[in-house]
Amino acid sequence: MTVISARRTGALLLRQYYLIRGSVARLVPLFIWVTIDMVLWGFITKYLNTISGAGIDFVPRLLGAVLLWDFFTRVMQGVTLAFFEDVWSRNFLNLFASPLSIAEYVTGLMLSTIATSAIGLVVMLVLAVVVFGLSFFAFGIALLPFLLTLFLFGIALGIVACAMVLRLGPAAEWFVWPIPGLISPFVGVFYPLSTLPRWMQWVGYTMPPTYVFEGMRAIVAGGQGSGPLLLWSVILATAYLGAAGWLFARVYRHAVRTGLITRYSAETLT
Amino acid sequence: MTASDTVLSVAHLRKNYGQTVAVDDVSFGVNRNEIVGLLGPNGAGKTTTINMILGVLEPTGGSIRIDGFDVAGQRRQALSRTNFAAVYAPLPGNLTVEQNLRVFGLIYCVKNLEQRIRELLAQFDLERFRRTKCGVLSSGEQTRVGLAKAMLNRPRLLLLDEPTASLDPATAHDVRAMIRRFAGEGECASLWTSHNMYEVEEVCDRVLFLSRGRILLEGDPKTLPREHGRATLEELFIAIAREPLALER
Repeated sequence: MTVISARRTGALLLRQYYLIRGSVARLVPLFIWVTIDMVLWGFITKYLNTISGAGIDFVPRLLGAVLLWDFFTRVMQGVTLAFFEDVWSRNFLNLFASPLSIAEYVTGLMLSTIATSAIGLVVMLVLAVVVFGLSFFAFGIALLPFLLTLFLFGIALGIVACAMVLRLGPAAEWFVWPIPGLISPFVGVFYPLSTLPRWMQWVGYTMPPTYVFEGMRAIVAGGQGSGPLLLWSVILATAYLGAAGWLFARVYRHAVRTGLITRYSAETLT
Repeated sequence: MTASDTVLSVAHLRKNYGQTVAVDDVSFGVNRNEIVGLLGPNGAGKTTTINMILGVLEPTGGSIRIDGFDVAGQRRQALSRTNFAAVYAPLPGNLTVEQNLRVFGLIYCVKNLEQRIRELLAQFDLERFRRTKCGVLSSGEQTRVGLAKAMLNRPRLLLLDEPTASLDPATAHDVRAMIRRFAGEGECASLWTSHNMYEVEEVCDRVLFLSRGRILLEGDPKTLPREHGRATLEELFIAIAREPLALER
């Protein structure tokens, strides 16, 4: 059984705090992109409300979807950015030649993203609710599994992205940024899954956010989110998280066996 | 010397990269209060050996025990008793000296951390750089920060890979004295690599000459050259680098 040391995982959280506190370039992106998204989509939804004339309120449909999707994206990027700090500062040798275990390292990345994504979520909620009148709490108790699913899947995808960069080298960082954009068409952020061709729907059903956005639309349409489906989305996201942790550990073991950790910047995999 | 005196025990260590043998059946021990020099030309296998001891490179064969703990099977226990400084592993330049020491002190679960940080800042003459980011320090100052980090947890095994490579002679002299003092006052065993034979002679109690992944010679750095018909350790080093087969043990 792996024992996680609070001091060691706390060290990674503290490192992230020091970096953010000491750098405007790290502090501002925690809220600037979500602010831009909220303002942009807030006005788009207001405009759509004025021209649709069908009595459809686009605020919860579109702005709610953007908010949830941005939360998911921030969670994923919170994990990868904490990992990239070690890539950029060539810190792998110092960390992995210490008593820090891989489970503690990954837990440290998760703690970092809890802190950073919470800042983005608060900013988005304030803007969406206060400025654009999104009644976010109209989602009721379903909000909790919505956020939990997106949080767990965001962490899982972030860890997969870290494993990819660990395996392929620092330049693979550029594969990481498009990942949310790549999966967004399949999970139906802005449209029902039934809009998609059958094969895309099947891909969508394998990803937990699909159930969140379907559930959100069901509630906005006056119905209720399906409890069993939301529970399934949490279970599925948890399974993805376990698989992502396994993948990272496997990639790490490969890196230790081949010497990749010790000459990481050389990008020996071509 | 008893088994309890042996802090580092390396047995039949081997590392292959495909068909290339980087380290070939290397066995040695380092005892407490002993500084052992691991010498050899570039590519001899010194850093590969150190990386395996640090658990960041998996051996193809053999075993490594630190203070009785197997690095492969009891990694945490083994590495919590170890620390290292290497010129190719500087601490993150975007954190201050104090922040780096605090973060790594937590990772090594150092007791009374704040007091330990104060001691090390004083010992390595780093107090005025306490709130300076490591990235803007000179290479010599960064080396001192790396050494302070290496001594945070009062390791039983200290691995030093060319610790004075970027230091001026006066600072290098001071750093050698600090390391000797540290090694002498505790229960610490040190493994030291260097290309400065004067330094090795001054600091090391014993040296191991590595060439093409194998230990060719072992002995007292003060007497070893004469035992092999050379006037100085540097001459012996050059002979090993050029004609390793002639000196194979």
